[in-house]
Amino acid sequence: MAVSQTHLSALSPTVHKRRINRDLVIAIVALTPSIIAVAIFIYTFIAWTFYVSLANWNTSVVDYTFTGLGHWERMFNSFRFQMDLRNLALYALGFMSQCIVIGFLLASLLDQHIKGEAVFRTIFIFPFAVSAVVTGVAWRWLMRPDTGINLLFEQLGLGFLKSNWFSDPTFGILFVTIASSWQFSGYIMALYLAALRGIPAEVREAAQIDGCNTWNLYRHIIIPMLAPVTFTAIVLTGMGAIRVFDIVMVMSGTGQAFSTDMLATHMFEQMFTANRFSAAAVIGSFMIILSALLVVPYLLSVRKEQEQ
Amino acid sequence: MRHAFSLKRLWSRGAIYATLIAFALYFLMPVYVLVNTSFKPYTEVSIARMWELPQGLYLGSFSEAWSKVSPNFLNSLIVTVPAAIISSLIGSLNGYIFSKWRFRGSNTIFLLFLIGMFLPYQGILIPMVLTLRAFGLYGTIPGLIFIHCVFGIPITALMFRTYYANVPDDLVDAGKIDGCGFFGIYRHILLPIAAPAFAVVLLWQFTSIWNDFIIGLVVLSNPRLAPVTVAVQNLAGSFTTEWNIQMSGALIAAAPTIIVYLLLGKLFMRGLLAGSVKG
Repeated sequence: MAVSQTHLSALSPTVHKRRINRDLVIAIVALTPSIIAVAIFIYTFIAWTFYVSLANWNTSVVDYTFTGLGHWERMFNSFRFQMDLRNLALYALGFMSQCIVIGFLLASLLDQHIKGEAVFRTIFIFPFAVSAVVTGVAWRWLMRPDTGINLLFEQLGLGFLKSNWFSDPTFGILFVTIASSWQFSGYIMALYLAALRGIPAEVREAAQIDGCNTWNLYRHIIIPMLAPVTFTAIVLTGMGAIRVFDIVMVMSGTGQAFSTDMLATHMFEQMFTANRFSAAAVIGSFMIILSALLVVPYLLSVRKEQEQ
Repeated sequence: MRHAFSLKRLWSRGAIYATLIAFALYFLMPVYVLVNTSFKPYTEVSIARMWELPQGLYLGSFSEAWSKVSPNFLNSLIVTVPAAIISSLIGSLNGYIFSKWRFRGSNTIFLLFLIGMFLPYQGILIPMVLTLRAFGLYGTIPGLIFIHCVFGIPITALMFRTYYANVPDDLVDAGKIDGCGFFGIYRHILLPIAAPAFAVVLLWQFTSIWNDFIIGLVVLSNPRLAPVTVAVQNLAGSFTTEWNIQMSGALIAAAPTIIVYLLLGKLFMRGLLAGSVKG
């Protein structure tokens, strides 16, 4: 500290101040390349995609002729896109509920002073370290109608549970969420577990002294206290549902009559198989709008919380 | 009374462990199938005997799968390692600026970074392909590395900002008083204590870039240059490929991230929490 003090007296206040201002300029300059990269590769590209959705680019030759909302209208009226919306609703329902219920359940159980907690935790989280492609390869084999889980059911005398899984022409997409939730629930569990560990012991003790049983403790105290984590989990799993691509491609593809088609797989095929870039851009822009509706309010609320 | 209470307690402890074990078995079921099928020769792979253990440890599936996916495994390595390192370095600088050199508007810029982190890639794929093509980077490995570095900017900035925020500002002020400038403070005060943050961010970036499918699929359309995730999908997509080869190919593709996770699980866990924006 003695050193700093001599420095302090050696530097007059104005020199010191000027020095900091100069450093602040250096800081801004150092940040600039990243700002430019994000501005171009994220925000300009999004605007560009929106513009392509309003143009008339339907072949491999670039065509920026402005045509307005025609491609949007055609897309929203198409059977395939309507199936995508239906499938998104089903997928979101299945994926979000499984991830949040399983994640919360496992976190609350692991929070009960469990022997071998680390082993359980490792098993539950490791699927998150595995790619969706690998997950899809394993589950595709497990969900074959003629073997896999159906075979297991049969051998266990549970033959009535046999299913066509993702080949089901109506609810096939729901079965894809079994695989994606297998992969993602551990992440949600980790979030809940960290939050549970942050609840002070006095809260539980006070509840117990008041004669609160475990059910009421969770119902009236712990679950409300975990609301911010649940909010985060809803946003993360909701985003996962909107953007899902890999696992659908590997497991089921677009399915019979688009029964397992999703926005991202549709967008990909419009772009790479059909070269209908304006149609692809409509789907891409729509995905951006959906995600922004979910993410922007969330991030603003997180920021508000941190400022308080 | 006391007896009844402890009996009830015993019962509820039993139920807790039974539920956890049931879920553990459920979580391990796909792993069992992957590993089990990988060690069987094709003649032993049948839909009726899927759950039966192999008669011996047959390694032929692995060597055959390796001969098919090894070039792509190498591609993934060539892409992932530099991209993870470069994006961690960029993130460490950005996180330092966002946490210790706040200026008017810096919080808004940070918020815009975060929003960008969440938006789906489908909203930018078309311009990305056009731009890479214009610069001759489309279909090349440097092009893919570049894209991963750019899309890593928000998450790495977030992770480092969270870490540096816990470094007391007094330490930075002391550095300023000692005459350290912008880079001096970074090098002498923050970098020496940033090793844990680097480990977490490197691990996170390594895992997410290694596991990426869509960007690799779009940027490297040539199957010879494609990353290993795309190669595994191509293996699995062709119905002529034997199941044992598909499974061992998938295991080979998953091996690096699984090994890293088992060795450095604690850091991975911290990355999970730091990557969720909360706090």
